[in-house]
Amino acid sequence: MIMQINNLRSLTIAVCFIPLLWVVFDIAFDNLGSNQMQALHIRLGDWALRFLWITLAITPVQTVTKWRGMTEYRQLFGLYTFFYASLHVLVYLAVDQVFAWRIIGIDILESSYIWFGLLAYIIVFSLGITSSKASKKLLGKSWKKLHRFIYIAAGAAMIHYFWQLKGNLAEPLFYLLLIFMLLGFRAVIWFKNKQLSQMMIPKGRASTDTESD
Amino acid sequence: MIIKTIKNIPGSEITDPLVFQQRRTLIKAMAAMMLTGTSIRTGRADSSKPIWSAVPKSRLSAHELEVTPADATENYNNYYEFAFNKEDPSSLAQSLRIDPWSVEIGGEVEKPGTYQLEDILSQHPLQEYIYRFRCVEAWSMVVPWVGFSLGDLLKTAKPLSSAKFVKLTSVHQPDSMPKQRNNAMLDWPYVEGLRIDEAMHPLTILAAGMYGNILPKQNGAPLRLVVPWKYGFKSIKAVVKIELLKRPPISSWNKFAPNEYGFYANVNPDVPHPRWSQNSERLLGSGFFTPRRQTELFNGYGEQVAHLYRDMDLRHFF
Repeated sequence: MIMQINNLRSLTIAVCFIPLLWVVFDIAFDNLGSNQMQALHIRLGDWALRFLWITLAITPVQTVTKWRGMTEYRQLFGLYTFFYASLHVLVYLAVDQVFAWRIIGIDILESSYIWFGLLAYIIVFSLGITSSKASKKLLGKSWKKLHRFIYIAAGAAMIHYFWQLKGNLAEPLFYLLLIFMLLGFRAVIWFKNKQLSQMMIPKGRASTDTESD
Repeated sequence: MIIKTIKNIPGSEITDPLVFQQRRTLIKAMAAMMLTGTSIRTGRADSSKPIWSAVPKSRLSAHELEVTPADATENYNNYYEFAFNKEDPSSLAQSLRIDPWSVEIGGEVEKPGTYQLEDILSQHPLQEYIYRFRCVEAWSMVVPWVGFSLGDLLKTAKPLSSAKFVKLTSVHQPDSMPKQRNNAMLDWPYVEGLRIDEAMHPLTILAAGMYGNILPKQNGAPLRLVVPWKYGFKSIKAVVKIELLKRPPISSWNKFAPNEYGFYANVNPDVPHPRWSQNSERLLGSGFFTPRRQTELFNGYGEQVAHLYRDMDLRHFF
């Protein structure tokens, strides 16, 4: 059983590199179309987003299937989100702008869609560097609070994505629907838990009340 | 309204030698098309035999610019009637019917009429214009258009002094244009507009070809506008109607998002789009690790056109 899970983990680690290999392949064979720079941005950005959705989906799947072994996969997919988002940012700075800082500065200042991308990346970066078990121990309760920012990152990344489009909103709307479903799921669980605890508390109070009366 | 079909322009005007020369080129071109089995109907001529490679270069053409590879220009098209991405129009546009084609000229003119495309092309000397083309999405290319001055065409209809604006309308062909069929996004057909002095400016052309060949359908065949100092969406494709008006027309993108796409849409690095910077642009065909190009005011045509906008606040009239 343990062997199987370890194999699955290694397999997952390998499979998550396929999108990168695919991009490298398309660069090598000049397969990125007329605007290869834009295509590269979109490819890497898309994969960062996809891994973010997978990361977010782990907890609901865990709740439904009651399979507890998925926490480490959540970390794994989170790190791949960080990986592809970092490549996306690095390509922008090094391959597209070639570190022309003045133009980069103007581009960031004047492009509101980049502000949202930057916010998303700052969050993903912070979560990425604090993802280890050691930092989880070190940060204690604040770790969970910090890592809830992933929902803000998801929202900001979404805005970053559709804010740069001239028109077509079909694909970003699909992703937006996904994030609402995931958030909705969390809200339902939270609401249920709250209801449960509320059902408990009045009972307790009622009993103490009758005792004091 | 009575629309008179004008087939012949009165011979009162002396024919420019250039026109005469052009006629021969055109006849040769048509003969070549018949021989090579291509036609306006199929949209694309045999790329190995450019039919208009011999047309004279306009004095306005920027010969020194390195032309973007035709492959990039032909496969990266914003043509929202067909698709909202830039990859699909090159195949989807092949269903467009462009033969026969006529252009209706009306409104504030002395001689309104409907002109056959062949007549327009034979009456206006074609020239090659190598222009920069800057999209509002911050990418650009350099295209060798084959066309003629829009102003020259407008003059044949004799504009009245009341004509202050020009409205151009694209073809409405919902059976071949999926987004028109579904009434998706923009109000169809696509409409663009220019001020009369912009329309009469020698840089403003109607193009029937590019790279020495007939315009591919996805690039606006059989006749499109090219206004090199304005963002690409002003350069309306597949033009069927030109109206001279007293009041400014409402252009399609301006109607869709008035705070993002203005009537003027002059290329201006200092006036950002509300959601992105216009300061720099990615030149198509430029490789990785090549920095973006610094965008120029009026796309580098300031010397020729800046006077049109003297005393105008370009931030307000974006």
